[in-house]
Amino acid sequence: MLGFIIQRLLQSVMVMLAMSIIVFLGVYAIGNPMEVLLPPEAPQDIRDAIIAQYGLDKPIFEQYFVFVVNVFHGDFGTSFIYNLPVLELILSRLPATLELALTAVAGAAIIGVPLGIFAGYKHDNPISKGIMAFSILGFSMPSFWVGLVMILTFAVWLGWLPAGGRGDVVTVGGVEWSFLTINGLSHMLLPTINLALFKFSMMIRLARSGTREVMMTDTIKFARAAGLRESTILRRHVLKIISIPIITVFGLEFGSTLAFAVVTETIYSWPGLGKLIIDSINNLDRPVMVAYLILIALLFVTINLTVDIIFAIVDPRLRRAEAS
Amino acid sequence: MSKEESKYSLFWQGFKENKIAVGALIVVSTIFLLAILAPWISPQNPYDIGSLSFSDARRAPGFIGSGGYIHYLGTDAQGRDLVSSILYGFGISLQMGFAAGFVALAIGSTLGIIAAYRGGWAESLIMRVVDLQLSFPAILLALVLVALLGQGKGQLIMALVAAQYAYFARTAYGAAVVERRKDYVEAAMSIPLSARRVIFRHLLPNCMPPLIVVATVQIANSIALEATLSFLGLGLPITEPSLGMLISNGFQYMMSGRYWISVYPGIALIVLIVSINLVGDEVRDQFNPRLKR
Repeated sequence: MLGFIIQRLLQSVMVMLAMSIIVFLGVYAIGNPMEVLLPPEAPQDIRDAIIAQYGLDKPIFEQYFVFVVNVFHGDFGTSFIYNLPVLELILSRLPATLELALTAVAGAAIIGVPLGIFAGYKHDNPISKGIMAFSILGFSMPSFWVGLVMILTFAVWLGWLPAGGRGDVVTVGGVEWSFLTINGLSHMLLPTINLALFKFSMMIRLARSGTREVMMTDTIKFARAAGLRESTILRRHVLKIISIPIITVFGLEFGSTLAFAVVTETIYSWPGLGKLIIDSINNLDRPVMVAYLILIALLFVTINLTVDIIFAIVDPRLRRAEAS
Repeated sequence: MSKEESKYSLFWQGFKENKIAVGALIVVSTIFLLAILAPWISPQNPYDIGSLSFSDARRAPGFIGSGGYIHYLGTDAQGRDLVSSILYGFGISLQMGFAAGFVALAIGSTLGIIAAYRGGWAESLIMRVVDLQLSFPAILLALVLVALLGQGKGQLIMALVAAQYAYFARTAYGAAVVERRKDYVEAAMSIPLSARRVIFRHLLPNCMPPLIVVATVQIANSIALEATLSFLGLGLPITEPSLGMLISNGFQYMMSGRYWISVYPGIALIVLIVSINLVGDEVRDQFNPRLKR
């Protein structure tokens, strides 16, 4: 077991190393940051001074080495645009994105799973067919389009909800949160629905197919024979059995929710990480791009590593197959 | 050969039974035809800047512009007729979707089959990279690649391919691993036929059904992904507006109630994507032996 974990851990470190090289070389191959940092009429001596200050005159591998050493000291460099340490910048934007992503993921599960169980339990019911049709729409509609239609309907035509921004925030523990004020909640509603829609559709389908399978097993027959009420069977047995794959998929999908936040945050001008990365791509803000990508890669590698290890603990067959 | 023919006619007979899928196929074919015929049937060439007039800009549907014809879906901020823009936009979106889909199919299935055929270190290397990539969201990968490669059709197709080939590689690998163990492959290898011949003439044709299913889904996904990237301002250059770019251009005018600039191209995009997905669903059901009675 320990051998397996060490093997996986080493693999993850290798992946991170490879990712950091690819990201660093890739990002540093594009554009000339001098165009962003300096006005075109800047004299040559100032130009040279700035190039030296950012270490851009050194060979690329030396730049990479300096970068890696700095990262281990918690220093991801300084943003060209905001002139702030990148880590500080990212950490200041992270709560807004986390707030949105967590609410979306939780909402998708709390509403989607019961609907999916219903659709699986009474799969010939017209309401179930309606739920499934909705989930197909949620899968095939590009999320930016859903976002636009919701703004048009609820913000422009009906005027019920704001079209963008975070609204009033309350500072708790040094971090600003929108969900603690009524105004902030009204700003959160549309972007949360937008971000949740895809996961919501997925939850419905997972819960439905799981329920249909479980309902045919002997467990349910025995539970019925024992005289348990249907609602008790659904809650105690069906939900329990289908929750394992759902939780797994959820863990894996949480990372992609952060990625999809790029689209949602752009549409609703939500000042989170996604907005930051789009702005930095458009402004050629290299240090922010590199740091964002490496942190996202780290997040994904960590999630995958955790899932692998949990699976190996639960299922010994996997462990043996992989180790050989 | 006659056996092959009967297999496909059987496929058609099954496909024809699903009315929704047939309808969707008709919609997709019509859109194809419209896109090809766009230069002849659209009232205006939206790329010809000289023919545009600013007095026609941002007009509501039904407005009769300086061209003397009715703008049935209105005009955009540059005074382009939206009917024409959508017809041309279909062409660009389909080009990107199909080009990316086919290149990804070619690269991905070759890699997947090679991994299954060779085994050993080639297998672990290719499939490790593929699995790693599948755990990473396609949109983020495409976003970064477009940022790195710059704007342009070729670059965008490369980004879409890089974001999607892994799905084909996974599918091809799964199918080829099963085929690899069958006797006809053993026989072909023991003759011995060259590796290339075994891979392309024996393994690939037998792995095609699942790959075709993935291809339809991925073409729809490519079109959606391209639209999303264009919407974020990272897609094609502004001179070649795809549907996503048209939607993006109209976004800023939506707040003032000029909904048509975004909404009509958006509806066109949804109709295209949903139709392709519906066709894909039926193709999958037809290829799935478990659903056959």
